[in-house]
Amino acid sequence: MNPGQDISQNLFEELDDLYQDLILDHYRRPRNQQQVADPDICAEGHNPFCGDRVALQIKLEDGRVTQVGLQSHGCSITQASASKMTELLKDKTLEETVILSKLFTAMMQGKKLTEEELERLGEMKAFSAVCKYPIRIKCAVLPWNTLEDGVKHYRSGQKHR
Amino acid sequence: MVSIRKDFPILSRQVRGKPLVYLDNAATSQKPRAVIQALSEYYEQHNANVHRAVHTLGQEVTERYEEARQKVADFIGAPAEGIIFTRGTTEAINLVSYTWAEANISPGDEILTTPMEHHSNLLPWQRVAQARGASLKFIPMSPQGTLSLSALDTLLTERTKLVALTHMSNVLGAITPVKEIARRAHEKGALVLVDGAQSVPHIPVDVKDLDCDFLAFSGHKMLAPTGIGVLYVRPQVLETMEPFQLGGEMAREVWLDRATWNDLPIRFEAGTPNIAGAIALGVAVDYLRNLGMERVREHEIQLTGYALVRFQELPNTEVFGPWDTQQRGGIISFCHTGVHSHDLGTFLDHEGVAIRVGHHCAMPLMELLKVSATGRASFYIYNIKAEVDLLVETLQKAIRYFTPGPRRVARPTNS
Repeated sequence: MNPGQDISQNLFEELDDLYQDLILDHYRRPRNQQQVADPDICAEGHNPFCGDRVALQIKLEDGRVTQVGLQSHGCSITQASASKMTELLKDKTLEETVILSKLFTAMMQGKKLTEEELERLGEMKAFSAVCKYPIRIKCAVLPWNTLEDGVKHYRSGQKHR
Repeated sequence: MVSIRKDFPILSRQVRGKPLVYLDNAATSQKPRAVIQALSEYYEQHNANVHRAVHTLGQEVTERYEEARQKVADFIGAPAEGIIFTRGTTEAINLVSYTWAEANISPGDEILTTPMEHHSNLLPWQRVAQARGASLKFIPMSPQGTLSLSALDTLLTERTKLVALTHMSNVLGAITPVKEIARRAHEKGALVLVDGAQSVPHIPVDVKDLDCDFLAFSGHKMLAPTGIGVLYVRPQVLETMEPFQLGGEMAREVWLDRATWNDLPIRFEAGTPNIAGAIALGVAVDYLRNLGMERVREHEIQLTGYALVRFQELPNTEVFGPWDTQQRGGIISFCHTGVHSHDLGTFLDHEGVAIRVGHHCAMPLMELLKVSATGRASFYIYNIKAEVDLLVETLQKAIRYFTPGPRRVARPTNS
């Protein structure tokens, strides 16, 4: 038994595969943290198992996302996924945001995406290794589930909260 | 205790190319070879159903099953007729809530517990309180896990029918003054249920000394397989209790419209029990008694004291629970102000170090501690100081890895 050996290069390679630069960057400097005034869509997501929380506000113009506000709390995967998502949503139609969410969820479930689908996800591709960590998948998809909840409520005519 | 590591086959496996450092013992313990062999020997040599069989296998198995009950009884200073085999602590506590509590808790009565209970010693009492029109009260506590005994003066009344509390918090490691609380509860005529899931595997426990009425614990946290646990009930109380589940073995005589019940404790073990599990639990108890529970306790005091000192080297890290190792078991929960415990847990796993992260099924306690999750390292007989060193050193690396700043600096230059 020799537990005192040094961390090898290999440890960091595997970890870096999960914690891509983009993920750590968005975790440390989350984007769009401001609260959006008078939002069209408003949603909150909570994962009680690890305490991750995401609050999201979206402002629409001519059916397209113009502003996104995010307040998130939790692990690096949740925070980075939420932050990167806010960037990706800009200028998208609601239809497109839902498609992105479905694609991202499929990638997290380990489903094989086409080149074109991966292209649509853009930098969200950085999260692809998360699917190898089953317990962390729910962290990555929490912001997207929150988005879908918000869109669903908006569409059912409930401009709530 | 270093020499016993060879008794645990799993300790020689690797995780992600690193030796396994198993520090999740509050969730479940590893198993010594003797326990694993007891399982295969049972299925290879003796497998039959217990009680009433006239054939040799059945007699052998009944003998071994009842022998295991006696071993467990001796281990906690109880009479064998007070030992009921269950699936685990959860089933044991639920059994009391569906039998004794249903019959003895009336509208207006009170159940007293603590804010640091595992959900399995909280939810059954929430249900009973709602179903019976009783109320659930809580002994105030400090965030370190010290219960306010002075509050008992007003909290314990003639309406208090049950005090249900943990003997050792699965988050804080805090050991509660069960003996004192039991004495004062009994003065008011209340019964006392002790959740011993974390205490029985780690500290000497004697039900006569504690003077509790119920004690629940799990085999899998004390070297035995999963799916076997124990409910001890004081025999005078057990005699008054209606059966929990009805069916095979628990009845003496059955007619089309009625039945009479079998002797204690078989009356509370309807259906074919976990025979292999019970026998293996007996072997686990032998193993622990061989080591001596005083020595087990001493080993964990040493290791925990060492870990508490080393944890102070970690920046911006809060360690929960009592500082006095005499008042705590080998459980250390901690939280870093900037790095989420899930990220710490994933990082540690890459170094072969297994800890638990999350709310540990004690969400009200998380609220009291003002955290959403903690990391938790928990020790047992086979853990050694070198593992504590690796835990602390890897946590240091993890904190550097996730803390803002040039990330590559965190990479070690030597290999």
